[in-house]
Amino acid sequence: MLMFPSDSLITSFVYSMSALPPFKPVTSYWFRLSQNGQNELLCFPSPASPPPAAMIHSLFLINASGDIFLEKHWKSVVSRSVCDYFFEAQERASEPENVPPVIPTPHHYLISVLRHRIYFVAVIQSEVPPLFVIEFLHRVVDTFQDYFGVCTEAAIKDNVVVVYELLEEMLDNGFPLATESNILKELIKPPTILRTMVNTITGSTNVGEQLPTGQLSVVPWRRTGVKYTNNEAYFDVVEEIDAIIDKSGSTITAEIQGVIDACVKLTGMPDLTLSFMNPRLLDDVSFHPCVRFKRWEAERILSFIPPDGNFRLLSYHVSSQNLVAIPVYVKHNITFREGSSQGRFDLTLGPKQTMGKAVEAVLVSSQLPRGVLNANLNASQGTYTFDPVTKMLTWDVGKINPQKLPSLKGSMNLQAGASKPDENPTINIQLKIQQMAISGLKVNRLDMYGEKYKPFKGIKYMTKAGKFQVRT
Amino acid sequence: MRHNSETVYVHCEVLKAEYNVTHLGGFLFRLNAASMSTTALYNDHGGAEAAVEAGLESTPTSSGSTGAAFGLFSADFKKNEDLKEMLESNKESLKLEAMKRVVGLIAKGKNASELFPAVVKNVASKNIELKKLVYVYLVRYAEEQQDLALLSISTFQRALKEPNQFIRASALRVLSSIRVPIIVPIMMLAIKEAAADMSPYVRKTSAHAIQKLYSLDPDQKEQLIEVIEKLLKDKSTLVAGSVVVAFEEVCPDRIDLIHKNYRKLCNLLVDVEEWGQVVIISMLTRYARTQFTSPWKEGASFEENNEKAFYASDSEEKSERTEAEAYVMDPDHRLLLRNTKPLLQSRNTAVVMSVAQLYWHLAPRHEVNLVTKSLVRLLRSHREVQYIVLQNIATMSIQRKGMFEPYMKSFYVRSTDATHIKTLKLEILTNLANEANISTILREFQTYVKSQDKAFAAATIQAIGRCATNISEVTDTCLNGLVLLLSNRDETVVAESVVVIKKLLQTQPTQHSEIIKHMAKLFDNITVSMARASILWLMGEYCDRVPKIAPDVLRKMAKSFTAEEDIVKLQTVNLAAKLYLTNSKQTKLLTQYILNLGKYDQSYDIRDRTRFIRQLIVPNEKSGALNKYARRILLAPKPAPVLESAFKDRDRYQLGTLSHSLNSKASGYQELSDWPAVAPDQSVRNVEVVEPVQEWAPSVGKTKKLKSDDKFYSDNEEEKAEEESESSEGSSSSSSSSSGESSSESEEQSSEESDKTSSDSGKSSSGSEETSSGSDSQQKKKKKTKKAPQKKSKTAAASSDSDENGNGPVVKDSSSSDESSSGSEDDSDSDAAAAPTTQQQKKSDRKPGPKVKSEVEVSLLDLVDFSPAPTNAPKGPVVSPSLLSDLEGLSLSNTSSTMQVTAPSFGPVKTYELLHHMTGKGLSAKYHFPRQPCLHQPGMVAVQVTLSNGSDRSLEEIHVGDRSPASLNIHCFNTIERLEPEASVTVSMGIDFSDSTQAANFQLCTKEDGFSVSIQPAVGELLMPSSLSEQDFSREQGKLLGMNETSATVAMATANASSQAVKQRVLSVANVGEVPSGQDVAHSSGRGSR
Repeated sequence: MLMFPSDSLITSFVYSMSALPPFKPVTSYWFRLSQNGQNELLCFPSPASPPPAAMIHSLFLINASGDIFLEKHWKSVVSRSVCDYFFEAQERASEPENVPPVIPTPHHYLISVLRHRIYFVAVIQSEVPPLFVIEFLHRVVDTFQDYFGVCTEAAIKDNVVVVYELLEEMLDNGFPLATESNILKELIKPPTILRTMVNTITGSTNVGEQLPTGQLSVVPWRRTGVKYTNNEAYFDVVEEIDAIIDKSGSTITAEIQGVIDACVKLTGMPDLTLSFMNPRLLDDVSFHPCVRFKRWEAERILSFIPPDGNFRLLSYHVSSQNLVAIPVYVKHNITFREGSSQGRFDLTLGPKQTMGKAVEAVLVSSQLPRGVLNANLNASQGTYTFDPVTKMLTWDVGKINPQKLPSLKGSMNLQAGASKPDENPTINIQLKIQQMAISGLKVNRLDMYGEKYKPFKGIKYMTKAGKFQVRT
Repeated sequence: MRHNSETVYVHCEVLKAEYNVTHLGGFLFRLNAASMSTTALYNDHGGAEAAVEAGLESTPTSSGSTGAAFGLFSADFKKNEDLKEMLESNKESLKLEAMKRVVGLIAKGKNASELFPAVVKNVASKNIELKKLVYVYLVRYAEEQQDLALLSISTFQRALKEPNQFIRASALRVLSSIRVPIIVPIMMLAIKEAAADMSPYVRKTSAHAIQKLYSLDPDQKEQLIEVIEKLLKDKSTLVAGSVVVAFEEVCPDRIDLIHKNYRKLCNLLVDVEEWGQVVIISMLTRYARTQFTSPWKEGASFEENNEKAFYASDSEEKSERTEAEAYVMDPDHRLLLRNTKPLLQSRNTAVVMSVAQLYWHLAPRHEVNLVTKSLVRLLRSHREVQYIVLQNIATMSIQRKGMFEPYMKSFYVRSTDATHIKTLKLEILTNLANEANISTILREFQTYVKSQDKAFAAATIQAIGRCATNISEVTDTCLNGLVLLLSNRDETVVAESVVVIKKLLQTQPTQHSEIIKHMAKLFDNITVSMARASILWLMGEYCDRVPKIAPDVLRKMAKSFTAEEDIVKLQTVNLAAKLYLTNSKQTKLLTQYILNLGKYDQSYDIRDRTRFIRQLIVPNEKSGALNKYARRILLAPKPAPVLESAFKDRDRYQLGTLSHSLNSKASGYQELSDWPAVAPDQSVRNVEVVEPVQEWAPSVGKTKKLKSDDKFYSDNEEEKAEEESESSEGSSSSSSSSSGESSSESEEQSSEESDKTSSDSGKSSSGSEETSSGSDSQQKKKKKTKKAPQKKSKTAAASSDSDENGNGPVVKDSSSSDESSSGSEDDSDSDAAAAPTTQQQKKSDRKPGPKVKSEVEVSLLDLVDFSPAPTNAPKGPVVSPSLLSDLEGLSLSNTSSTMQVTAPSFGPVKTYELLHHMTGKGLSAKYHFPRQPCLHQPGMVAVQVTLSNGSDRSLEEIHVGDRSPASLNIHCFNTIERLEPEASVTVSMGIDFSDSTQAANFQLCTKEDGFSVSIQPAVGELLMPSSLSEQDFSREQGKLLGMNETSATVAMATANASSQAVKQRVLSVANVGEVPSGQDVAHSSGRGSR
């Protein structure tokens, strides 16, 4: 039930020298221009007519191989040739992630996000806060994910009509109209196998017959007339540790941030309050719109009428005064000898501060230097893979047994004649610790008002590694 | 299904081979998308559809099509027929099927315009999905098929009259989205109608339609502005965002339209949907920059927002004088800052960013730090969000290091970051570097230099160079470090180092001949042309320091000249020239050789340069006067380059904008204006009382008196003024505004009074100064209140209005003239101003608090502090509701349906326990809702608290302490100095529950103890009774149909069935008024949002 968008980052690390920013001689000519504050060279002709109204003009979906597989226009059609500028930028970027999110073209601006290996490219014609567009595009992806389970090219193509209907509802004239998943689901029912079957037989449709009332109510995020036979409310407190550990094992920076994801299936209009044992731990918070901010300010209590279904109630940052417990340590010995085509790789993991809980689902990954041709390693536990193309080493460790520490040892083969790499690879670690929030945050109680029945309430804690890096 | 489509795919492959159909992928996916059908049908369509595509594509160039294409054409024709047939069939499912495939075509970017006539017929379909898909099609193709599109118009026009608001809205949406110029008048009419629609959702849609119409026909601007003006007055949160978007698109320069709605927008902001918030905030940022004075004046940071003093000095010259002395923040300016602050907690990153930029551009310097934490939080969001946020932080961190320094570690680079994120983080780290943290940062940089991402490593070296120039302490360390990097194996790193060293040496050339020598030695190994060029330039520039080495380098260059890149050649020529001038003996021949080579080079530039240099340095008869100066020209001392951030001048763009992100002006970008030197008239933001009334119906039969009272008790437009004054400064804003607009009399009076304040009453003014210094943030003030309870009453009153200081002596006057003044308002035209004045006067008569210390007023103080609530309630307000209801009967209320607040009908009074005497150490408290309009502020609910002392000793200094939503707005009772054993006292309080049923928590304190208590309001108590005629009642009721309607059936015992009994019951739960009714039905009316 966790809803982390698992963006697969690291895909390929190919370096090209041409990607280096060339040193630009500051000629006096150039300098004068930019000093005047009127960088005419970079300015785009502003149309004499009033600026076009739409905030988001069009949307193109582009897959990893550069095919535009869906387009939607909210105003007059923008030729898909505008994407050529995007492809240009894509070519320049050494990796898919490096494509700049904002690309100017002579008449438009392209703002794109990359998720699930799909580029969502929005076409903008005039000034608009870029974050506005980016946030919206991410919301679109979230919605797709919500509707189709996954947000892949295949899923989008399979459901193109629903996608179109969704996009139609989400934006009006380029301005977001309904982005709340509860409202959208009332407008357009998410496709399920059963419903598809039923629709085929009966000829009924995915489009809700009922018009959405949520949009008008005081709680626009909740649909009306919710009914369940089992009334349940589950809350997952998930904390992530972001840390950078240096060579010697000392912590350079470590932070905890957490989220509370909820899955609430309650009949009617329940009014919930959630209180913490130690709310002082929460340093910086951001809420789902349903949370009453004043109540939080005053009493540190989360009071809200929840949306129906899954949603993220709260994300928070644990104040930096608290020392962050680092759950694992890494002993490493990675060396490349000068002149020889061999390197040593030696890695041992061990639990550190886990408060007696088991460290599970440990996954170690490391981007080895380009010179490494192959790795002959021996894992005491779990399996490892080395991709000779991307030079990515992944080691799926599983659970750490404190009695028998997992280790990965062996040698690496380097390209003959290649010089010794300057830097040792950094090691990224993913892990999970169940039933514990590493900051010590505890939910005190959850109460429900406004409805008569007794709901089933559940709270789960989990700690994960966020961006957990060990420099070697 | 899957299998099925694959067979079709094979089938297509054949087609592809034959007819060169290109877009098979799309075809396949469309098949998947189409809902299930029989296999046979599928295959059939498959082939035909592919043919359609091919046909459509080949149409424009069909003249040269082959025989195969002809075959296609027939298939195409047949296919078209087929889809058309499906669309024209009687079966809904077939139509739907066809439409789905048409949408698939559109999604792929294929042309499906030929089907227009067939599709448009289905616009009136009953099937909602089919209808929606037809809408999608229409919006896409109507522009191309204008004549046919007109066929659909009448359907929409009919739908615009539907009783269902959603149907009206969606009809308007589509009608306005089909870009057919001929229907502009129809659209205009529809928009106007929809703007006055009962449903806020339809009004929202009309706001969206405004932009569409404007982009279709800009000539409609004037009319559209009228609609915008009207919609801006709308109080629905649903509409606010959309209409501001329309405003920004159509008439962003008409700032005058905003004035009257400014406070409303500020107050609504939190409840507007997130996308609307972004637009409103950015609009208000622009607005504020034109309307308020800069809070950034020198030394302003500590004296600012002396709001109290500001009110004392209302008149123009006064305020100018004050400004010269100390900056005072306009309360509206403060209102904006305060109301946007909670949005920093939004989950929407765009909202957070827009609040951050608002604070950056509008807040006093020391308050900007508020946004730091939230911005840093955004860094954990998606990569694209990080990118934008980091860009903005980079700009901010140049000007304000301190803001982000505590979060330095959040900008440490991870190996998994994308390159542009890394570079931005580096930029920020460099900006944050100072003497204290430079060693940490440099250590971090050392790691980065070794990064596998060479682009990033090079950027790091640049960053080190910048740190070295900015922080002189580490220049040497950095230089040494960079020199070490020269032996790095990576060319890029070396090249970048050379370039940076060159720049660094230029700043202090005297001591570094060693480094130059070292670089000369490395020269042979360096292949990157930029680095080679840099070394050559260094040699030439400092050839006098390396007299032996430089000629040798030149010799080597002469050898390899032809193989070098242009940039290296140019520098070689330069080096030769410089050496020729300083050391001609050794280098004359070499120079000549190089110049000869350059003369015949392929590049223009090099030939030109060579020619120029030759004329310049080699003396001959033709060379003119310039020759003499050759040395001075070539060897002039060069200014060191300034290594500065790429974000240095980005702050000319408003933060968070596209232009800022691109560092170039995007089309449609609106400059943020500079602060005005003198603030424009701030009274323009005052809202006339008439307006809210207009909302309901034109007010005809109301007397001015009624309106002002209405305003006082109920809470409509004016609520902003009130709210804002509630939360910060009592009624100060309304009072200031009142005197701003009101007749000269009152202005004089107030200024006189303020004069008195500042000069006469030394004590009270000193007290008020104390307050004012802290009054910037409420919390501050409250802390103060908590710390020094004695000061409390003084503080409260002083902050409520400084006028009162002056008003004090005439308190009696004003209270007695209360009625007469309100009477005179009847004739006065400036009723807007009059109302707050009355209010303020009433208030002042109730709360002459500030004179705690001044002996003259002791009696007054006693009167207030020790009198129990009933006596505390002044006659005026109590009388007025009933008076008002009397007048109500007289007025021509048939036409004007304004609701009037009436006297409460007293039902049974329920008393609640506030504090039990066991927990309260003898102090017990009970409260009930007297159902009287609150005297203190109209938005508040009156609560009467009976305090009794159950202990055997007397309790001292009973007062209200800390309240727990710090923002909770309570009008406290004045401190009860002493409560004897067994005695009890009743005091009245006002609490602003802000329309929620959340408990108000506060502390009830005695001298020794504090007890946390909470008052939980019942919903019924939040209402205000109002009197209505029956027609009005049913009309208002009609407006509330739908969402606001709740109905339930209650079974009653027959004994209770009499209307009297029902009334009693109703009254016992809610504070409502009775509507005179002829029928046997009981109506009760009340209004919320007090």
